[in-house]
Amino acid sequence: MTSTATRPRGARARAAIAAKTLRTDRWWFQPLITVIGLSAWVAYATVRVFMHKWYWVDAYHYLTPFYSPCVTDRCVEGSSHFGSFLPGWWIIPDAALTLPFLLLFRLTCYYYRKAYYRSFWLSPPACAVPDGHESYGGETRFPLLGQNLHRYFFYAAAIISLINTYDAIYAFHSPKGFGFGFGNLILLANVVMLWAYTISCHSCRHIIGGRLKHFSKHPVRYKAWTFISWLNVRHMQLAWITLGTLALTDFYVMAVGAGWFNDLRFIN
Amino acid sequence: MTETRIERHHYDVVVIGAGGAGLRAAIEARLAGKKTAIISKSLFGKAHTVMAEGGAAAAMGNVNSRDNWQVHFRDTMRGGKFLNNFRMAELHAKESPQRIWELETYGALFDRTKDGKISQRNFGGHEYPRLAHVGDRTGLELIRTLQQKIVSLQQEDKRDLGDYEARIKIFAETTITELLLDGERVAGAFGYYRESGEFILFEAPAVVLATGGVGRSYKVTSNSWEYTGDGHALALRAGATLINMEFLQFHPTGMVWPVSVKGILVTESVRGDGGVLKNSDGKRFMFDYVPDVFRKQYADNEEEADRWYKDPDNNRRPPELLPRDEVARAINSEVKAGRGTPAGGVYLDIASRLPAEEIRRRLPSMYHQFKELADVDITREPMEVGPTCHYVMGGVEVDPDSGAAFGAVRGLFAAGEVSGGMHGSNRLGGNSLSDLLVFGKRAGGHAASYADQLTSRPKVPVAAVETAVETALAPLQRDTGESPYTLQQDLQAVMGDLVGIIRREGELVDALGRLAELRERVAKVSAAGGRRYNPGWHLALDLRNMLVVSECTAKAALERQESRGGHTREDHPAMDPKWRRVNLVCSLDGDTVRLTHKPLPKMRGELISLFDRAELSKYLTDEELAEFDALAQKES
Amino acid sequence: MGEQKSQAAGKPGAKRQFRIWRGDETGGDLQDYTVEVNEGEVVLDVIHRLQATDAPDLACRWNCKAGKCGSCSMEINGKPRLSCMTRMSTFEETETVTVTPLRTFPVIRDLVTDVSFNYEKARETPAFAPPADVAPGDYRMQQVDVERSQEFRKCIECFLCQNVCHVIRDHEENKQAFSGPRFFIRAAELDMHPLDAKTDRKEYAQAEQGLGFCNITKCCTEVCPEHIKITDNGIIPMKERVVDRRYDPLVWLGSKIFRRGQVPQTFVTSAQQSGAAHSAAAHGGVHSHAGGSHDPRHEAEAQKGVNWHRQVPHPTAAPVDANGRLPLTELTFDRAAAPSPFGDDVTFPLPPEHLNFAHPSQDEPKH
Repeated sequence: MTSTATRPRGARARAAIAAKTLRTDRWWFQPLITVIGLSAWVAYATVRVFMHKWYWVDAYHYLTPFYSPCVTDRCVEGSSHFGSFLPGWWIIPDAALTLPFLLLFRLTCYYYRKAYYRSFWLSPPACAVPDGHESYGGETRFPLLGQNLHRYFFYAAAIISLINTYDAIYAFHSPKGFGFGFGNLILLANVVMLWAYTISCHSCRHIIGGRLKHFSKHPVRYKAWTFISWLNVRHMQLAWITLGTLALTDFYVMAVGAGWFNDLRFIN
Repeated sequence: MTETRIERHHYDVVVIGAGGAGLRAAIEARLAGKKTAIISKSLFGKAHTVMAEGGAAAAMGNVNSRDNWQVHFRDTMRGGKFLNNFRMAELHAKESPQRIWELETYGALFDRTKDGKISQRNFGGHEYPRLAHVGDRTGLELIRTLQQKIVSLQQEDKRDLGDYEARIKIFAETTITELLLDGERVAGAFGYYRESGEFILFEAPAVVLATGGVGRSYKVTSNSWEYTGDGHALALRAGATLINMEFLQFHPTGMVWPVSVKGILVTESVRGDGGVLKNSDGKRFMFDYVPDVFRKQYADNEEEADRWYKDPDNNRRPPELLPRDEVARAINSEVKAGRGTPAGGVYLDIASRLPAEEIRRRLPSMYHQFKELADVDITREPMEVGPTCHYVMGGVEVDPDSGAAFGAVRGLFAAGEVSGGMHGSNRLGGNSLSDLLVFGKRAGGHAASYADQLTSRPKVPVAAVETAVETALAPLQRDTGESPYTLQQDLQAVMGDLVGIIRREGELVDALGRLAELRERVAKVSAAGGRRYNPGWHLALDLRNMLVVSECTAKAALERQESRGGHTREDHPAMDPKWRRVNLVCSLDGDTVRLTHKPLPKMRGELISLFDRAELSKYLTDEELAEFDALAQKES
Repeated sequence: MGEQKSQAAGKPGAKRQFRIWRGDETGGDLQDYTVEVNEGEVVLDVIHRLQATDAPDLACRWNCKAGKCGSCSMEINGKPRLSCMTRMSTFEETETVTVTPLRTFPVIRDLVTDVSFNYEKARETPAFAPPADVAPGDYRMQQVDVERSQEFRKCIECFLCQNVCHVIRDHEENKQAFSGPRFFIRAAELDMHPLDAKTDRKEYAQAEQGLGFCNITKCCTEVCPEHIKITDNGIIPMKERVVDRRYDPLVWLGSKIFRRGQVPQTFVTSAQQSGAAHSAAAHGGVHSHAGGSHDPRHEAEAQKGVNWHRQVPHPTAAPVDANGRLPLTELTFDRAAAPSPFGDDVTFPLPPEHLNFAHPSQDEPKH
């Protein structure tokens, strides 16, 4: 009989399972439709942003969110309520002040991060399916460390949502003064959804109440936090819905602006 | 002999069992400065304590300020049918509030009252709302809190001594098969790592048993595989004694449907929050089963019972909240009378009593469990429930104050379910969690001071270690014996059918015969495979523990000719005051189980005066009543 | 009700196909079994039946069989699950059910893995710090204030989240620097605890637990059997709390102007830091020693030069017997030789950050 002090214990091996994943369900479906959906949207948005036309319906003051506010010197009169101070070089989007922030807001959004890390970066493509990369450092280093700036893009997005709200209200117009048409409904629906998406953001939830240690000492902020938490659960749905409403609004304005069909008017 | 490697460790206190009692004992021993080992049969933090749902009873008086330790003591004694060790019940009632408050300083987060105190809920057998709880996962909270407290002590050691494990170490997935003695003194413990099958020897002057119960010997049980009566058997073999082994608690409401979750408990708080029991005719039958002893506290009509949930001060309680044995017996009678469900239970209905939203809020993990495990929505349909073996009141006979085991052994302590006496013949819901804390702390503290006052460390005899090795390896070396799984099934069948909730003399005699047969077969059990993580081998080693404890239960059940609490004899249906004065003590004489009678310790005057004479007259003999009267006269 | 279920679960006693991984660290493979499956059973029931019939030594962890203890974690058809909560009725009758051990942890045998990684990480996570001036019994907390932490305390430590997290599942090398979702919610739980006295949990989560490795792909939330919203309610709020402290431009500007740059960095006391670094190295088996170190963290530590104020961990006192003497015979001591005169905690060669000067009077009170 002998005795020893410690159990023999070196680095031990994992179970030798040949298959990379044993999942039998269609785990690839989710990433696939995410890739298709996001790519299609980005393609549409890129084309539209560099089209530089059909973004303003002068008769009804419809302005597509992709060009709001229009700030280059080629902007149609009326669409540029903050002045037009940038040169009209084609590579410069007409909404050069807002688009980059909107893009960064969505790029750093906690939901979109999940979506593109999974489906574009395959890190991982689905749960319990191997990551497609040799090494992984997550968001610990530049450039992905920058994802933590989401909070500031949220502030920007909130301001832009205000501008979009202004656009939607400004659009209750017709050559005769006040007007109300189907386009207004679309613009309104879009702006409501944009607000819902923006304030359901995780950063917003944190700022409103999540950072508090004692909810009981801040009953109003607790109420607000509870509401935003309720919205926050739907952040993913809102992220997709707003992509839809943005594209739809833009397409509607483009179609009316190009004269492909007429706006359905309810009043004037 | 062949070379067998045995890993040796030196500790001051070895705690066997990592449930609530074990962890609390270990914390106390470590706080007393002792080098402490915790042996856990499964992973750290998986102990059976997590299954406790209702809460921990402590007379803090947060919800009803009239509650105090005297009332709690009274409830405990009443629940245990006055067979409790009064001193343990007294200590328990007095100390449990401090033990609960202490948990908060370890980081526990109980549900709160409006004024920010620990919320307390109603529970069967407790006069006032008394159970500190966290939703319906109080046991998990308790184990996690203690586990995290141990981590924090380890972090202190790391800071002060440079090593997390300098003074307290957890041996996870390790089973102890034998206690080693130096004369009458505990010298250590021998066991094996489940993972590798390697042997391990602890040299320690003090051992705390906190191994839990014996439910795995029963067919329908809420207990996990760990509950094989290891501590009971280790104590017996070390020369200690067991008491009250005939008293097993069958939880009245275990799931009987669907099969996959048979035996799993439905917490009593389902009834505390308004759930009612109905038979297959749809009748709320509990009103027919209120014993005379409880007429004063329990309602006899539905209207009053329903009013109680809103206004407990002016109404009597619904009979669904009677002590567990009464409810279990009532369900058993209904099923036997042919008014049960197809699966052999009755309906527990909360769906028709509370809005779905409220049920989900009050019983989240219950809802979750039924939905996920069985696809039953408790907010929409009633549950099918029936009695399940749940808890053993009996256990190691201990000194109430120190938890030191009686009998021919020193240095052995026991706390929690493995110790006996505290709960008498029946345990009140919620008393087990506070029992773990109160007596865990006491056992750990006294084990530490016992180790302190020793002048010389007991030595582990080499021969005993060799015998232990041989015994442990034997099942692997035989290839002719029966499979341990078959033997376990047979044992469960004997205990479930013949020593179950309702007992008869003939059946008990039969059971003893069969157990003797099983003993022969278990001695020849063989396990296939090697030593690494071999569940067959582990079960083979546990079987002999289950067997010897089952023998104690069967013998004591045959001996006690009355019905009381967790022991129901069909041939002796009444409670007999003469039997109240007797504890049945079980010991091991060589290989045979011996049973002796021992008088119950007499309650102190100021404690017995807490009760009404009318109540006492149902439990005490005329002689004892005369004494009580004399006492009352002297006081007045 | 009964009839409906029996249809869903298939005919009682139907035979089903199973593939179970058998083996140990030296290798293994999937083996086929045909087992009887009854109505209303879960995968764990089937494994128990196999143990009682075809495979008595099939190793598998389990305890409560009610989804409350988190012992029976395994991968069923490639998905990390509790086997006691995976109903057989969720599979097609003709489907072969594949059961494997957790992939992220070393295998012990068959379906049992060595999950000690999680216990080591648990031990490194700073414990609850009770408020100094509140006596037991005087704790007052409002229900709304404890609810967030209570959600995290529902955790049954099944370690499915740890297993599914690709940061360590697919990148073994990250195990040193990454604690995993279970311990992010532990940090969050304590940071949101109304009475916890420790204020640097966010910084600890970022610097020591590797919060930044998480790319919120939410698999932990997907597999959690307790349905804890690990990502939305635990990890993201922790990330936001770090942002409050680390990336807030106002704070950054202030620290530049007022030279308070060190403040956020000195949150971990030196004792803890050396402790964490030491144990991380020991655990991963990557021993970094002076000169030959490839560990960037230790390299950086060594680059800083001599730390004149390092707090040296006190050596472990060797255990003494009742007479105050060291047990020097091999028979009575718990290891094969006499104890190290340097204490049990010192391993040689020393890690680089320990190779410097510590003032002998460090324990004396400062004047």
